[in-house]
Amino acid sequence: MSAHAAPIGGELWTRPYKFLAALASLGFLLMAWRYLQGLGATTNLNDGHPWGIWIAFDVVTGTALGCGGYAVAILVYLLNKGKYHPLVRSGILTSALGYSLAGLAIAIDVGRYWNIYRVQFFFWQWNLNSALLEVALCVTVYVGVLWIEMCPVVLERWRDGANPSLKRFASRTLSVLDKFMIYIVALAVLLPTMHQSTLGTIMILAGHKVHPLWQTPFLPLLFLLSVCGMGYAVVVFESTLSSWLLGRKFETTMLSALARIMAYITFAFLLLRIADLAFRGVLGLVFTSGYLSFFFLLEMALFLAPSIMAFQARVAANAGHLFQIAMMLLLGGALYRFDTYLVAFNPGPGRAYFPAVPELFITIGLVAVEIMAYIYFIRRFAILPAEAPAKAGKRG
Amino acid sequence: MEPNRRTLFKMIGAAGAAVAARSASAHETPAPPPDAAGLLYDATRCIGCKACMVACKEVNNLASDPVSRGGLYDDPVTLSAYAKTVVKAYWKEGANAYVKSQCMHCIDPACVNACMMGALQKRAHGAVTWDGSRCIGCRYCAVVCPFDVPKFEWASAFPKVVKCEMCAPLVAKGELPACARVCPRQATVYGKYTDLLKDAHNRLKTEPDRYFPKVYGEHDGGGTQVLYLSKADVSFQDLGLPALGDDPVPQTQQQVQEGIYRGFIAPISLYAGMSVVLWRRRTQKKEENA
Repeated sequence: MSAHAAPIGGELWTRPYKFLAALASLGFLLMAWRYLQGLGATTNLNDGHPWGIWIAFDVVTGTALGCGGYAVAILVYLLNKGKYHPLVRSGILTSALGYSLAGLAIAIDVGRYWNIYRVQFFFWQWNLNSALLEVALCVTVYVGVLWIEMCPVVLERWRDGANPSLKRFASRTLSVLDKFMIYIVALAVLLPTMHQSTLGTIMILAGHKVHPLWQTPFLPLLFLLSVCGMGYAVVVFESTLSSWLLGRKFETTMLSALARIMAYITFAFLLLRIADLAFRGVLGLVFTSGYLSFFFLLEMALFLAPSIMAFQARVAANAGHLFQIAMMLLLGGALYRFDTYLVAFNPGPGRAYFPAVPELFITIGLVAVEIMAYIYFIRRFAILPAEAPAKAGKRG
Repeated sequence: MEPNRRTLFKMIGAAGAAVAARSASAHETPAPPPDAAGLLYDATRCIGCKACMVACKEVNNLASDPVSRGGLYDDPVTLSAYAKTVVKAYWKEGANAYVKSQCMHCIDPACVNACMMGALQKRAHGAVTWDGSRCIGCRYCAVVCPFDVPKFEWASAFPKVVKCEMCAPLVAKGELPACARVCPRQATVYGKYTDLLKDAHNRLKTEPDRYFPKVYGEHDGGGTQVLYLSKADVSFQDLGLPALGDDPVPQTQQQVQEGIYRGFIAPISLYAGMSVVLWRRRTQKKEENA
């Protein structure tokens, strides 16, 4: 595997990196404030809107953006499309980071955090009817699974390093890992299939509080389909962006094939979405729901436009267009989640929510941590495909 | 390659079949527990004196609401961490009424279904009560409650979930819930659920002109242990009670979850199928390399 990938090296403490570090520090300071003063002092959450941006963005959207590893694993391991193999590692890395930080966001969001450990250990108290419990357990295990999948990256470095005892330990562990890795990979496909669909199921229970354009028994399937589309979009997005930033050759052929897969999934999503509205007889609401109509149509446009673009040969051969396609689809998927959890959630008159400044900066801090960790890993470990850099002097 | 892909499609088919099978297993409509107690609120009797609110605050040791009047005059406008019951007025030309809100103690509560660790459960007499030792404060209960009941101590760094528990500790001592005990007009009465339901229908029968012809909570949202009667010219939606239909609120979600996860067959077969595919592929690769 190491033949495919190599660390890109280079200076870590660049100016943008320091800026990210500043944002992250601010985020951590605000987190401390949240723990000292409580949620009321630091957020705009209220009894009508008990869930805000930390759930809708950091957890629900964040883990969806962390499904790059899931989407690529299906292609490479299950459908045996070996040509996508170079994308596996960065996909898994983003997933590991995205899910870990979603876990942290949950620890910040829950009010009685000192009881969190009970969810994992007090199995005799589990309410097996709770969709949220399934998500909580799946996500916990999946974070572990993702970091196990990341282990070879670190171990390979030790194996090829100078320290003889680390070398021995690494090669021994690698051969053990190699034996049971397929069962881990199978788990890494099963778990997101379960909890990403259940993230949709969760809102079915909110019933009439979620606007009928979004509230449907098909939420789990719609969430699953859209997360697959987003997973591939993340890979395209990330690969294009890092090629561009690092002055590398774009992997256009592979990515345009990926974009077409993505488009098929998105079409399936749109078909189900519209058929469901028609079947429930609420198609009329598409144009008569005020600002919610706007958000619905925006969602549709953000799904439809990139899917059509992906089938045009001229567009799909261009890295810039591929980037736009991925970007739109990510925004569409994110908006679909925001709408279901926040925008179309109406607890009744007199209730409003917009995130408070500290709330936003905690989220921004978490994203900064994620980007910093990603940069650290691709610079120091074999994540990205090994390739002669297009520009000289980029390699450290 | 081909047989493997077929295996995958077969697995997806199996998962789909499991979902389809959900229609075959009808969700049983839950009945109230045999010892179920409840409240009957009669809007035609209520004069809006708010004695129930005061008594509720006293027995539950609730702080005065700093939001509504700066803490000087305690006058909560809605259920909150400071008020487990609130009386509001519905005012319209020619028709007006008061309405008392508190937990409805649903027969099949959404909050109990939602709660990961069973912090919220139907306990003695079917009252939905909160066990803080099990609660992680995720607030899913508040997201899903169709009556907007569970409230959160936002102002605290060590918050609790606050909701009407039908005065479970008092009832355990053989006393009445505070709101029912102090009501000067018996607009709120406490009693055995089946007796209250009978009583409500009796009132409808004896004075049909006085009442809106329905007992809210008999079937609504699968039934609630708190029942409502309204004035003839004031509908329950006027009083702010949601139109829920007769199915238990958690029913749809339960059917979907059960359809996908019944017996955990779909996830297990998906996992087994994938492991086989991956294992076979690895063996193939080894043979190629050999």
